[in-house]
Amino acid sequence: MSATTRRSLMLAAASAAAVSVLLTGCAGGGGDNDPDGPVELTWFQGSGVETNIATAEALAEAFNAKNPDIVIKVDASGPSDSAQLDNLMKTRLATGEMPDMFWYNSGSLLQALNPDQTMLDIAAEDFVSNLDDAWISAVSTEDGVFGVPVQTAGGGGIFYSIPIYDELGLDVPKTWDEFLANSDAIRDAGYTGVELTFGDAWTAQIITLADFYNVWASDNDWAAQYTANEVNFADDPVAVQGFTKLQDIYDGGYLNEDFASALLNDGLEAVTTGAAGHYPMLGFAQATIATNWPENLDDVGFFGIPGDNAEEAGMTVWMPPALYAPANTEHPGAVKEFMAFVASPAGCDAVTEALGATGQYLVEGCTVPDEAPRIVADWAPYFESGHVAPALEFLSPVKGPNLMQINVEVGSGVRDGQSGAELYDADAAKQAQQLGLPGW
Amino acid sequence: MYPLWFLLPGAAIFIVLFIVPTFASFYYAFTRWTLFDVEFIGFDNFVTFFTDPQLSKGFTNTLIFGALTAGLKVVLGLLIGVLLTSEIWARGYLRAVVFFPVLVSTVGVGITFQALLDPFDGVINQTLAVFGIDGPGWLTDPNLALYSIIGVDVWRGVGLAALIYMAGLVAIPQEYYEAAKVDGASGWHRFWNITLPLVRPATTTVVILSLIGGLREFQLIWVMTGGGPGFASDVLASVIYKQYAYGFFGLSTAGNVVLFVVVSAIILPLFWWLNRKQTEL
Repeated sequence: MSATTRRSLMLAAASAAAVSVLLTGCAGGGGDNDPDGPVELTWFQGSGVETNIATAEALAEAFNAKNPDIVIKVDASGPSDSAQLDNLMKTRLATGEMPDMFWYNSGSLLQALNPDQTMLDIAAEDFVSNLDDAWISAVSTEDGVFGVPVQTAGGGGIFYSIPIYDELGLDVPKTWDEFLANSDAIRDAGYTGVELTFGDAWTAQIITLADFYNVWASDNDWAAQYTANEVNFADDPVAVQGFTKLQDIYDGGYLNEDFASALLNDGLEAVTTGAAGHYPMLGFAQATIATNWPENLDDVGFFGIPGDNAEEAGMTVWMPPALYAPANTEHPGAVKEFMAFVASPAGCDAVTEALGATGQYLVEGCTVPDEAPRIVADWAPYFESGHVAPALEFLSPVKGPNLMQINVEVGSGVRDGQSGAELYDADAAKQAQQLGLPGW
Repeated sequence: MYPLWFLLPGAAIFIVLFIVPTFASFYYAFTRWTLFDVEFIGFDNFVTFFTDPQLSKGFTNTLIFGALTAGLKVVLGLLIGVLLTSEIWARGYLRAVVFFPVLVSTVGVGITFQALLDPFDGVINQTLAVFGIDGPGWLTDPNLALYSIIGVDVWRGVGLAALIYMAGLVAIPQEYYEAAKVDGASGWHRFWNITLPLVRPATTTVVILSLIGGLREFQLIWVMTGGGPGFASDVLASVIYKQYAYGFFGLSTAGNVVLFVVVSAIILPLFWWLNRKQTEL
């Protein structure tokens, strides 16, 4: 890391925190054996995603039932807009105003919160050894481990319509060429070959992000080289496909007529009700299908973005968000006790009870119930065969912020895949420079 | 003559709330600033900002947006102003109707028009379809999005321009028109040789206000397209906001300094020029 000067605000915040600890008579430390009654901890998060709030409340309730000494309260009053929430989190951490615990992304976005300075390090705790290694790397810096998983990991790739596949006698594609052939057949049969929904611009990124498994399969060390600025998307024949595949979809004429204005729910509805053959999407959206179209839940299947090699067909995995604590929490003992509960089978069971089977738990000893929705069941073979890779954002702090706009251009035929990759490399360079990474 | 220290309370507030943040932003524009750390990096932010592929697009879009909205507000505002100061039926009602959009929140206008301009479910394209016209993707066609927003911005802001013009028009003494009529000047001549020169102060006000507003426009664009599709309707203000949202605070501040310089470089000479012409009359 390059030399940096601490901002005077941090010093002010630190001394204010020190004073408040003195005034409150050193409440920090113990927590579990407080003679003055139960310790109350506040869990802060955004108000945007209802299933997230339900998860937090289920965990708090299950913990409170067993631990009368510690009361967990969920405060879901944060903004629903993710950019606003990010900035609120940063401001609160920088000024020492963050409540005892908070819900935030794992992976590349964590780095922007400067965890070494602002967050409680849990590397030395016993419960960390129960966590999946890939998970630990997604919530760590060189100097510490900071979060426990609050939901399950799931695949990102293509949702497909099983009734359309059955009607046309198609098989799940193992290569990109087979995928295009299937899309041709679906389009020719009068359905939408591939549904895209650029009205919610973030959904434009899925092809590029979920294609990372194929990059990883070609070179397991790619993410580290990418972070060091030794490889990039535009010059790597495999990585560039994350953009050219999106161009293939536009060029093939598979798109729904209203792709430029359609929203996430339109896309889910199209693939769920058999209007579209394919919809590139992340696993978490299966919860929306289960809520809105429960009778069609088993009409939607899943496969990872196919690459060139049928033998190596695999899936890109998204890590769940995490529960973190600020470094200056007054009750580190109680916080760690709750984190130990979240990172235990009892914590997993509380989430399963609230949300059902949503994917793969990252805690040792956690089990997924047998009746899982079809999409979740389709992930299992990839996990079992080991043909999975975390998405790039969990392996590298470098993620260009304009990927969605660039992908909208590629997916709308405004820009070709190659030049999209070049533009994205420039965008990523800008972000790496802002993070002060060496080699950029 | 009041003593100078009467100025102190006002000056103190002005310095703390305006001067200090302004100079602080000039400093932060030269740093990599993450809220946690500040590191001085010289002109790097400005280099990044000017080599950014979005910027050239955002920059030209800002100029197009400012020039077109200001121009249309001047022309339409003057026409509406003339119409609504003449003896027409339901003049008071029409004045209220024209001014109404000025009162509505920009975000509300943006959301409403986003729904109206939807290429498939929107009222506008459905109405066009009745006449057999296949309406375009007003906000989803990269070549059209910026101009659709310009249209909405003019609709929203023309009422204020018309109001300023009406104030200017009623201040013109009727004797000039009567004298011109006696000399046999046609309606067009009277408009061209009396009205237009004498509403020049109003024109100056409308041009300056619309141009400053247009060059800094953000809300309407952000609500209607978020700068999209792709980067098609990005302007300086939306590029700056995006940098801020990504946590690039130093870079975003540098963008604000650029915007400040651009607006000043356009407005100050224009203001001087328009006022100079006015005194020559």
